[in-house]
Amino acid sequence: MLNNFVMPDLYPAAPEIFLLLMSFVVLFADLFLGATQRRLAGRLTLLTLIGCAFITVYTDDGQSTLTFSNMFIDDLLADFLKLTTYVAVATMLVYGRQYLADRQLDKGEFYLLVLYATLGMMVMISAASLLTLYLGLELMSLSLYALVAIDRDSSRATEAAMKYFVLGALASGLLLYGMSMIYGATGNLEIGSIAQALLQDKADKTVLVFGLVFIVAGIAFKLGAVPFHMWIPDVYHGAPTVVTLFIGSAPKLAAYAMALRLLVYGLFSLAKEWQTMLLIMAVLSIGLGNLAAIAQSNLKRMLAYSAISHMGYMLLGLTAGVAGAEVDPFTVVNAYGSALYYTVAYVLMSLGSFGMILLLSRAGYEAEHLDDFKGLNQRSPWFAAIMLVFMLSMAGIPFFIGFFAKFAVLLAAVKAGHTVVAVVAVLFSLIGAFYYLRVVKLMYFDDPVDASPICAPVNMTFLLSLNGVAVAAFGLFPDAIMTMCTAVLLRSL
Amino acid sequence: MNSSLLSLAIWVPIVGALPVLALGSERRNQMRWLALAVALAGFAVTLPLYLGFDISQAGMQFVEQAPWITRFNVQYALGVDGISMPFVILNSFITVIVVIAGWEVIEEKQAQYMGAFLIMSGLVNGIFSALDGILFYVFFEASLIPMYLIIGIWGGPNRVYAAIKFFLYTLLGSLLMLIAMIWLFLEAGGSADIFDWYRLPIGMTAQILLFIAFMLSFAVKIPMWPVHTWLPDAHVEAPTGGSVVLAAIALKQGAYGFLRFSLPILPDASHYLAPMVITLSLIAVIYIGFVALVQSDMKKLVAYSSISHMGFVTLGFFIFNPIGMEGALVQMISHGFVAGAMFLCIGIMYDRMHSRQIADYGGVINSMPKFAAFFLLFAMANAGLPATSGFVGEFMVILGAVKFNFWIGFAAAITLILGAAYTLWMYKRVVFGAVANEHVAKLTDIGAREFLFLAVLAACVLAMGLYPLPFTEVMHASVENLLKHVAVSKLP
Repeated sequence: MLNNFVMPDLYPAAPEIFLLLMSFVVLFADLFLGATQRRLAGRLTLLTLIGCAFITVYTDDGQSTLTFSNMFIDDLLADFLKLTTYVAVATMLVYGRQYLADRQLDKGEFYLLVLYATLGMMVMISAASLLTLYLGLELMSLSLYALVAIDRDSSRATEAAMKYFVLGALASGLLLYGMSMIYGATGNLEIGSIAQALLQDKADKTVLVFGLVFIVAGIAFKLGAVPFHMWIPDVYHGAPTVVTLFIGSAPKLAAYAMALRLLVYGLFSLAKEWQTMLLIMAVLSIGLGNLAAIAQSNLKRMLAYSAISHMGYMLLGLTAGVAGAEVDPFTVVNAYGSALYYTVAYVLMSLGSFGMILLLSRAGYEAEHLDDFKGLNQRSPWFAAIMLVFMLSMAGIPFFIGFFAKFAVLLAAVKAGHTVVAVVAVLFSLIGAFYYLRVVKLMYFDDPVDASPICAPVNMTFLLSLNGVAVAAFGLFPDAIMTMCTAVLLRSL
Repeated sequence: MNSSLLSLAIWVPIVGALPVLALGSERRNQMRWLALAVALAGFAVTLPLYLGFDISQAGMQFVEQAPWITRFNVQYALGVDGISMPFVILNSFITVIVVIAGWEVIEEKQAQYMGAFLIMSGLVNGIFSALDGILFYVFFEASLIPMYLIIGIWGGPNRVYAAIKFFLYTLLGSLLMLIAMIWLFLEAGGSADIFDWYRLPIGMTAQILLFIAFMLSFAVKIPMWPVHTWLPDAHVEAPTGGSVVLAAIALKQGAYGFLRFSLPILPDASHYLAPMVITLSLIAVIYIGFVALVQSDMKKLVAYSSISHMGFVTLGFFIFNPIGMEGALVQMISHGFVAGAMFLCIGIMYDRMHSRQIADYGGVINSMPKFAAFFLLFAMANAGLPATSGFVGEFMVILGAVKFNFWIGFAAAITLILGAAYTLWMYKRVVFGAVANEHVAKLTDIGAREFLFLAVLAACVLAMGLYPLPFTEVMHASVENLLKHVAVSKLP
């Protein structure tokens, strides 16, 4: 038996392997030194992410390499998404340190779970087979379920974790069922071979489309698109804000990767079918997300609904890949590039806005109500300005990155002939502008309820400021990330 | 060689606003002087635009071009012609006035107040000089942010409502314009250069749809009847400086948009829909004139009078003859001075009395004679008295309108009666007569600072009224060129 065993090429998976090894180090270090060195686990985790970033950059050869019997792919897209993920996770750790310490949550488990969730995302990003993808997804999801419940004594968090787990398990089931149908129809688990089989038109279309529906449902759940959005408000609201920040940032990148790997790499021949499904979900998400966000008085809940609408915009980009009868590579890259750009921009804004909630929170006090932002301009003009940037960027007002993300997506949508959908989308973003403006109104036009000065660790305030400046600077010079997103896709598709 | 002037006009105030904000309101004196210095510098860099302007040329001057978003071939392209150049200067000039006007009366967060106006000034210069559709849109929408904050932070009791209404109303219009621009961008083969859009043949249905999308955006901004309702709210609640900038600058952006986008890109739809625009303009001129007559709040009265005057501007554009269009442009500049001055005058009274109700005043001339003299001049200009700037524009538009159709000209001329009626009646009730109450008796006349900015504005109003040539000669070539362009059908 062992004669047939070929040692797989581990090189492309080096960041994952490094992260896994480091997670053991963190585990043991925390076990033996945790009691005396409380900050050790957090620092090691940050170091791990930095190490991963180095390895990812170092092992990048600009090629698409398959390994583990074609189950794992290391291409430029994967590298780009992974690097963005590291940045998002590391930012989350810096923003959350004080918050965790105040609530005695900065235990080793937290950091371990974050590392495993990150590993899950990396595996999802690099998945070249349905199995790998599912494996990564489950690793990420299970870690996230546990993270939501990490504040054991909070009944709200436990409830949120329970909902997340039950609905998440259901979605995973749907996804798995869909995968089994695709496997049944094509006889393949490898995404590349599935695409080949579909091109040769050998598979049974009915089974395929059935499988596709389930797969799309699974993806929509992870993205939180309507009608699979039910968990988002409760989980965002119930989870400790650090965990909300985590769920609201990096996993969106992984979900984008999942959508791209499954739908574009695997089932591109069925693009017409899934584009219609995504289009409906995109419009519903933009509509419901923006409308429901108006009614929220809790900022976390409001941002949850806003996340739904943002994912709707992102989906709009994914629906614009195939317009006419022929596949035009420029349109394809344009469309998926715009969705990628939107996701990256959203992650940047989402990190910042949840970071602001963390900044205003203190021991025993969650600044998660809209009213907590009242009069922020009088307490700290600088951070009010930063929050202003995040809110207006999310509303899609220029000179901020959010506008250019919307612009790219709308451009792709109009190009694909969805002009009416684009008009509907901008009209809903007008409604969206209202609730973002309300936050600005609270910060600038109202008097503070609580005039205590803002105290936070220097590294957090610095990073948060940098985050705000980045959202503004990438708006003034949108070229950098935009070009990167398309270049990466061009060389990976 | 002078090609970075427009960039300077945009970025000097914006970058200069940063140290003003950083100084903060604690170091009030340094901050104020710095803000004034930045505003003056911003104004100074626009002066060479006029001095170095070649009036024989119709095309764009002081052109700058650099790639901005290479991914979508969006250019950082700036340039001005005879239509836009006066507005860049007017805007920078008004900013100086606003900074001086806010010198003492703004007590809270003065650094942010000054900063907001400086940033606003830069963004508005961007609107008037952008030669790339997307760049224009970006400036157009970004300029909402400082104005939103200005109304909301330093405004009156109902400021939050007014600020949000202002923002959402204008955003509604501009979002549809964004889709229209994306459509044009794709039709032009991935170019946002407005000159590429000028050359683009477009079918009639598409032209009409695009015209409506553009018009919604510009009509809200101007504002035209019936989408004008945000303006009285915004004006009444905004602080004096906000009202001045709204009236003098913000309203002109919409009218400018018609000239830069709607007319040359969509000439057939413009001709086809001109009767509609003319009708809406006449409704604004006459109906809103009557509405102004019954106002009891001075700021509201001037706000309605602005809508009525802007109706004149759109009327002048859509009768498609040179005298009407030039008249409309003169009217825009004149209105910038006159409406700005009117709001400043009301602001001066409000600072002393904390009331804008006409009924609370009476006999102001007894306690503020110098002020009353200035106020009279501006009120006369607002009513369109000959020898003031208000007359020149209105007269030219009426001439153009009579040429086009006698009855339209006749209807437009009613504004001369209505304008005189509402302005002078208001003036009479506020300034003349016996001293109404002890508050009025205790009023102090204007100080040196107030005298300064009123005198400068009065000089502008009179100069433009007595000798309008320097203002009109720069427009001739560009207006002729525009009309020539609009006369050619673009149907494929």
